[in-house]
Amino acid sequence: MLRAAAAGLLFALAAGPLGAFVVWRRMAYFGEALAHSVLLGVAAGFLLGLAPGLAVLPFMLGFAFLLLLLERQRLVPVDTLLAVLAHGALAAGVILMSLLGGVRTDLLGYLFGDVLAVGDGDIAVLVLIAVTVGGLLARFWPPLLSATVSEELAAVEGVPVRRMRLLLVLLLALVVAAGMRVVGMLLVMALLVVPAATARRFAHTPETMALLAAAIGGLGVLAGLAGAWQFDLPAGPAIAVVTVGLFFASLPAGLAPAGGGRP
Amino acid sequence: MQAETVTRSRTEVADRTVEPLIAARDLVLVRNGRVVLDHVTLAVGPGEIVTLVGPNGAGKTTLVRVLLGLVPPDSGTVHRRPGLTVGYAPQRLEIDPALPLTVARFLTLARPAGREELGERLAEVGLPPCLDRQIGALSGGEFHRLLLARALLRDPDLLVLDEPLTGVDLAGQAELYRLITEVRDRRRCGVLLVSHDLHLVLAATDRVVCLEGRVCCAGTPVDVAHDPAFQRLFGTEFADAFAPYRHHHRGRDA
Repeated sequence: MLRAAAAGLLFALAAGPLGAFVVWRRMAYFGEALAHSVLLGVAAGFLLGLAPGLAVLPFMLGFAFLLLLLERQRLVPVDTLLAVLAHGALAAGVILMSLLGGVRTDLLGYLFGDVLAVGDGDIAVLVLIAVTVGGLLARFWPPLLSATVSEELAAVEGVPVRRMRLLLVLLLALVVAAGMRVVGMLLVMALLVVPAATARRFAHTPETMALLAAAIGGLGVLAGLAGAWQFDLPAGPAIAVVTVGLFFASLPAGLAPAGGGRP
Repeated sequence: MQAETVTRSRTEVADRTVEPLIAARDLVLVRNGRVVLDHVTLAVGPGEIVTLVGPNGAGKTTLVRVLLGLVPPDSGTVHRRPGLTVGYAPQRLEIDPALPLTVARFLTLARPAGREELGERLAEVGLPPCLDRQIGALSGGEFHRLLLARALLRDPDLLVLDEPLTGVDLAGQAELYRLITEVRDRRRCGVLLVSHDLHLVLAATDRVVCLEGRVCCAGTPVDVAHDPAFQRLFGTEFADAFAPYRHHHRGRDA
């Protein structure tokens, strides 16, 4: 349980601030496409005889880079292209996993996470990812923010906007890979997008929004795990449900759908 | 190749011996089979205000974007003086409402500065003290003044202002043109201006470049106002206005 809390918090810390960029730059669908490809990465890792937690990282980075390159084409709209690739990667991943055997037992864990089963190795990978993501975001915060407010102004002012876009996409790939163990590939974007969206209402600057998102994500992880423990629920979905509940609770009363409220 | 560009643009701006801040030569840009820029040559020197005029779709904003290096031309060269600092105020800038941003934070993206200095810049462009207001709460005119303040905060060698006064009322426009001229006098920076509001602009400009895909005429405001190519686009009223070369306040832009 302690390991699960540590893993969840590490993930939330990295996902919060990065999730703010996902919201600002409207990269949610890009993130979903990445998340859908996780299974393919895991299967590729099995084929090569590597531990799934490690094999998935280079695969995700490569897939992210590929998506970024393909975004430049103009034959189909970008979101359409992302949908094509996301579902192609998901289907191919499931097929590959079934060919490798052991799908029935593992698939749910990849789809919805298995945070209660994380080991020390997983924690080490999560620490590495959280430190990398947090460190790089802090190091490049001014140019990242500048390029997010306006790529055009930033470019004129000498910010390498393309490299900033690449950096964000690679960090997103890392965090999506990290989230696979915690909330699963189908719910990972929830922990990127929802805490940031919740933080928006309380923040007056980008910095406070990023930090608040990390805090709200952390709160969602702890409360979700507590609920899962208490009521014997699946942990990943419990975390996601609490986080979404926090979002609706933060909406001004007039915007909240009737009956929508606290979990 | 680059050295040649420089020498050639020097002859292009023959009345100045100094190196231009930015010099474009023979720019050609084709988009969707349409020639947007047709062998455009243009230079801005230090302390000079150059205004780009032309009808809608004449390629003014495109030319600015090519000059700033945001769009690569299909052919031709753009030479920027090494180390040139550009302050740019785009015609349009949309900031996602999902991004919380105060006026102060927006300004400090251009350059870190203390609140006192930021406040002075706001006052300079005629904005009330609003450092803690959200960007989204500003009116269109206020936002354009803010873009100008941000460009000035960079302490630029070259100010590039694309329709900087959209949404600013007439009295405010006259005031801001005075500010631009004053900044030019004080800092000897070059200014490249894109504008529709010919009456105000022509009076505050050293050189006018009239663009219609290609440069159809260029020169001092008086020369351009009397040029048949300019008169075909904008009529003869400017020639009348500039005959005695003084400021007129009748009517709106053509």
